[in-house]
Amino acid sequence: MIRLRQLARAASVLTTPLTPEDILALFNPVYSSRQLRGVVTKVVSETPDSVTIHFHPGWGWKAHQAGQWARIGVELNGVRHWRSYSLSAAAGTDPAITVTDAGAVSGVLVRNTKPGDVLFLAPPQGEFVLPEHPRPLLMLTAGSGITPVMSMVRTLVPRRPDADVVLIHSARTPKDSLFLEELNELADQFSNLRVTHLFTAERGRLDFGSDTDLQELCSDWRERAAYACGPEEFLDDAEALWAAQPELSTGKEAAARSTLTIERFSTSLAGGEGHDGGLVQFEASDREVEADGDTPLLDVGEDAGVLMPSGCRMGICHSCLTPLRAGQVRDLRTGEVHGDPGQLIQTCVSAAAGPVNLDL
Amino acid sequence: MTTLTERTETKPTVTRPGALAATGHPLVRPPAAAHLSDEQVAELGRELDAVRDEVLAKRGATDAAYIRRVIKVQRGLEIAGRASLLVGRNKAAWVAGTAMLSAAKILENMEIGHNVLHGQWDWMRDPDIHSTTWEWDFVTPARSWQHTHNDLHHRWTNVVGKDRDVGYNLLRMDADQPWTPFNLGNPLYNAILAPVFEWGIALYDLEIPEYKEGLKSKEDMSRDLKAVGVKAVKQFTKDYAATPAVAMLTGSGKQALYGTLAANAIRNVWAHAVIFCGHFPEGTDTFTEEMVEGETRGDWYVRQMIGSANISGSKFMHLMTGNLSHQVEHHCFPDLPSNRYAEVAVKVKEICNRYGLPYTTGPLPKQVASTWAKVFKLALPDSGRFSLRPKATS
Repeated sequence: MIRLRQLARAASVLTTPLTPEDILALFNPVYSSRQLRGVVTKVVSETPDSVTIHFHPGWGWKAHQAGQWARIGVELNGVRHWRSYSLSAAAGTDPAITVTDAGAVSGVLVRNTKPGDVLFLAPPQGEFVLPEHPRPLLMLTAGSGITPVMSMVRTLVPRRPDADVVLIHSARTPKDSLFLEELNELADQFSNLRVTHLFTAERGRLDFGSDTDLQELCSDWRERAAYACGPEEFLDDAEALWAAQPELSTGKEAAARSTLTIERFSTSLAGGEGHDGGLVQFEASDREVEADGDTPLLDVGEDAGVLMPSGCRMGICHSCLTPLRAGQVRDLRTGEVHGDPGQLIQTCVSAAAGPVNLDL
Repeated sequence: MTTLTERTETKPTVTRPGALAATGHPLVRPPAAAHLSDEQVAELGRELDAVRDEVLAKRGATDAAYIRRVIKVQRGLEIAGRASLLVGRNKAAWVAGTAMLSAAKILENMEIGHNVLHGQWDWMRDPDIHSTTWEWDFVTPARSWQHTHNDLHHRWTNVVGKDRDVGYNLLRMDADQPWTPFNLGNPLYNAILAPVFEWGIALYDLEIPEYKEGLKSKEDMSRDLKAVGVKAVKQFTKDYAATPAVAMLTGSGKQALYGTLAANAIRNVWAHAVIFCGHFPEGTDTFTEEMVEGETRGDWYVRQMIGSANISGSKFMHLMTGNLSHQVEHHCFPDLPSNRYAEVAVKVKEICNRYGLPYTTGPLPKQVASTWAKVFKLALPDSGRFSLRPKATS
């Protein structure tokens, strides 16, 4: 690799101001000096509105840990959009994302992706990963929340006979339950996995209001390290149940007892509604836009053609941190107005509260 | 008179269309637009805004595919051209190599570089084709050029004393610029400038007069000097050292050097010719500072239109000029994608006709001859006698 890099530097004498990668990209679209890319190798239909997209990433990709997510960039009518998707493939294999059609970007991914397409990528990240030391596990998932857990199951179950995994997955009907067959086969084949499918259209939702449901489905749930992934309400209720158990803790410090690790897919941005915005100046890009008080600065910048760093778009990953030059912003989750010059702000969950200058 | 007094007191801080008032009028309206009422100018502004909005609504995947195709063709020509020059001892290879490299450099500079650096493709949010990341095959660093070109020239288009592109601090290109004996050399300077245009622009972008006048700080100057120094070494090394050095392996070192020299000179002469046709041919107006004082959005459009000139010709000619042959449209909408200027031109021309405004255009040879005529005429004093048309006085 080092020799290749030296070679590339030598070759750049002939290609400046371009890089040798810019020239190689003419022959293979995976090459880029600026932007990690991957080529789609396989698209598998999972349910009527979801697919798994397998891809082969170019240089610069880091192998993912089971449960992590990656940012994926796709073009909608010529404009690049980024979203975060959990990786559903087992660790140690080529990555894949499982996408459910739930919006403009995921809709395009589900309907239009075909082998040979180029995806724009950012390396995998996330803390929703398996514990370092073997522990009995309880996975609580709902809807597409199964995706990161599927990666964990695929990684752990076939390779670790000593694993002990209980998965309770909620889906509306068997038809839109992701990985239904594969999970049943794995549970048949390996004794270290027990799967319960809950079809909420038939039996109603898993009730976290008391521990009755859990007690019935997994009587030793208090002794297990729990992982939850699903819609916001599902996670909030699970968190509340764990918090209500006096002997349990949601904090990581209580490692020996049952812990609840959660992965959120969305976040409520109700804190900013009905406030005034202001003039937003992107100083380095020399753009200024009038913004309202409800729109995340990330969207404001992207619409103005500014190259905005972005990540999860829900205030979790901090990929979008941008130095504030002047002005104040409103946190769209809480409604709190804050901001000091030089402070790094999360543009995906912050809106202008009056005039704002950003160092972008 | 009260309005005039009020107006002079409230100086516009930023003269960009977005920040300009929708109604009102400048201290003095340019003679070519003097027949228009405030309401007419405001309506003209709204009509041109609508033209822009129409393109914004249509802009999408086909436009993105267009710029990517042009970039691909350009890079293909660049590789093929340079590769041919490596065996330049063969005459046919030398001719083909020089031709391809010249074409590649012209596309890179104009249809791609100039337009990307204007932010015409920023809406794609592609970091590989973006005004904040792009660097071009031209001596002047992209950031320096964006400052003098996008910020200054496009803001102050043809305002004598504000827009230094009127003559580039070297030539006397307007009768309102005072004559000195130095200007006798006008044609000579211009003839020398053309083949080394990229070095002239690099020097111009350093803003040496501003520095001497104390308008540019020492820190900014040393930063810009360093940037242009690094860039110049890279550019020089690529074309005049590395390419010939590799060509020496086939005994074509000298031929490769002549090839790159020729390609750069051809690009420079072409770019110089096209750019001079943008604002200097007969029929384009220049403006006084009073004419931009209190300028409205509509007046800003008027100034861009009557201060610019188009070149008529084939689709291929438009491509090779980087669509600067649609200079009028480019100045009205500097950040619309260049592939849209042709369709915009039809509407802009119709608007000019309807409002009785000049819309200057002509074939390339005629426009080039017209700019050279001006270069010769303004070499001599007595601007009154040699002026192309009566100037507005205020």
